[in-house]
Amino acid sequence: MAESGFRGLIADHLVYEYNKESSQRLRALDDVSFTIRQGEFVGLIGHTGSGKSTLVQMLNALMKPDSGTVYYDGRDVFEKDYDRKALRGKVGEVFQYPEHQLFADTVFEEVCFGPRNMGMDRKQTELSAYAAIKKVGLPDECFDQSPFDLSGGQRRRVAIASVLAMKPELLILDEPTAGLDPLGRLELLDMITELNRDSAMSVLLVSHSMEDVAAYASRILVLDKGRLIYDDTPAEVFAHYEELQKLGLAAPEMTYVMNGLKAAGMDVDTSALTPDEAEESILRALRLC
Amino acid sequence: MGIIKTNKLKYEYIRRDEDNNVEGITTALDGVSLDIKAGDFIAILGHNGSGKSTLARHINAILFPAEGTVVVDGMDTTDSSKLLDIRRTAGMVFQNPDNQIIGQLVEEDVAFGPENMGVPTEEIWQRVAESLEAVGMTAYREHSPNRLSGGQKQRVSIASVIAMHPKCMIMDEPTAMLDPGGRREVIEAAHKLNKTEGITVVLITHYMDEAAGADKVIVMDKGRIAMEGTPREVFSRVEELKSLRLDVPQSTELAWRLKKRGVDLPDGVLDRRELVEALIRVYKRNK
Repeated sequence: MAESGFRGLIADHLVYEYNKESSQRLRALDDVSFTIRQGEFVGLIGHTGSGKSTLVQMLNALMKPDSGTVYYDGRDVFEKDYDRKALRGKVGEVFQYPEHQLFADTVFEEVCFGPRNMGMDRKQTELSAYAAIKKVGLPDECFDQSPFDLSGGQRRRVAIASVLAMKPELLILDEPTAGLDPLGRLELLDMITELNRDSAMSVLLVSHSMEDVAAYASRILVLDKGRLIYDDTPAEVFAHYEELQKLGLAAPEMTYVMNGLKAAGMDVDTSALTPDEAEESILRALRLC
Repeated sequence: MGIIKTNKLKYEYIRRDEDNNVEGITTALDGVSLDIKAGDFIAILGHNGSGKSTLARHINAILFPAEGTVVVDGMDTTDSSKLLDIRRTAGMVFQNPDNQIIGQLVEEDVAFGPENMGVPTEEIWQRVAESLEAVGMTAYREHSPNRLSGGQKQRVSIASVIAMHPKCMIMDEPTAMLDPGGRREVIEAAHKLNKTEGITVVLITHYMDEAAGADKVIVMDKGRIAMEGTPREVFSRVEELKSLRLDVPQSTELAWRLKKRGVDLPDGVLDRRELVEALIRVYKRNK
């Protein structure tokens, strides 16, 4: 299955059931397959209970599938002699509300913890931590401060920095903007986009905000009842906005606006997903008449 | 006089270093005067650290003013003999449903509040039935809360609050952790309780579209009220909101941009329905 020389992650026919022994078997993942190539920015959506968390925990081998497997850079991560500890450095995971897990006395100590734990020597650890704190845009004064004296948005950046310090090749973020104010959301997502662009780090963004995945991801995976029902560009996925709505999801606000206009006879582009794209399309349609 | 009234409310907390020495004082609320009418649906917006949650925690007497007063349904929150009455009058729904649900079964969870208040058993069951009905969760009465979706859990939290028959419900980012379907369920349940039961709702949110359906929007900044008005009034001030780290609903944003580029649209378009209707009028006129 794994191509030789393939860089990135392949989820191959993943199946997982909860309550295997009881009559209430629950298929959390039902034959899920997809790839994330090195450098891609992929979005993952699905309502609560659709299997997102189970899937995400499998991608860095925190959970083992009942059948199917995960390949990373062409190697089966569940093979007996595979170095799964090293994998967890390569596939970094930022959990929901990660700032609740901060514990160290200073920001710098906090961010050093991961790389040290991965076995980097002191010099590497400190260089890596320094670079990570700079990357998330925290000012120098923060280094010696207690994480608890920072604002909520800054604390979340510290938590992200502590994963970045392990130099992941694929960064998985589970609802990274939950609870942040609108500008805080934008700043965080812009920062992640820069990391993706400048360092070719792949990103898997798990989000309940259709507007966010539409604006930032180049491909979107949609999970429903453990099955991967769409794996396509944002425009193609959100063309199914009526089906998504039935599944407890939605499309970005602009999809509804553009489809409403189209239905009333205006010649607009229904695949416009952001206010920027919608603005241009509507202006063109109005000038045409 | 309104059901919730604050007068020049000020709240400060002392920051301390590791050795417990005072480092400084942060003023979280700085002279907030509010008058919320019974039966209103109020949305409070503000960036992280603007003071909105601190304000909410004063309304049901979790925090107490350093200066000024908070009066809930005629009771001053600093009157400790009224503490329970105040918390019964103003129920609170928090962000994370998993931190609020305690019962093994949905009905037990909803019964917990009234039971604790000493409501007679017969009446408890009646309240449980009514509350679950009001949020559309009757079918799940004997289910385990663990098996519910986020939106369903949050609706159980709301049922648990309204089983105590509060006059107001304070909701502190109740949808922050929910998927789009869950968000819709919770906001619809809040509006329904407001309309049919007349419960005053104070909704704190970072989602601008959730504020569009409120009677009144209050915008907080640096512990003060920065803007106040109907959603249409507040969302007409796009640049001012952006300068406060906030935003407007995307349809409002699009209308504002199109207007700047010469399309004849009204100010303060609130949702996609209004935007589509206004644009179609322009389109037909041009034709």
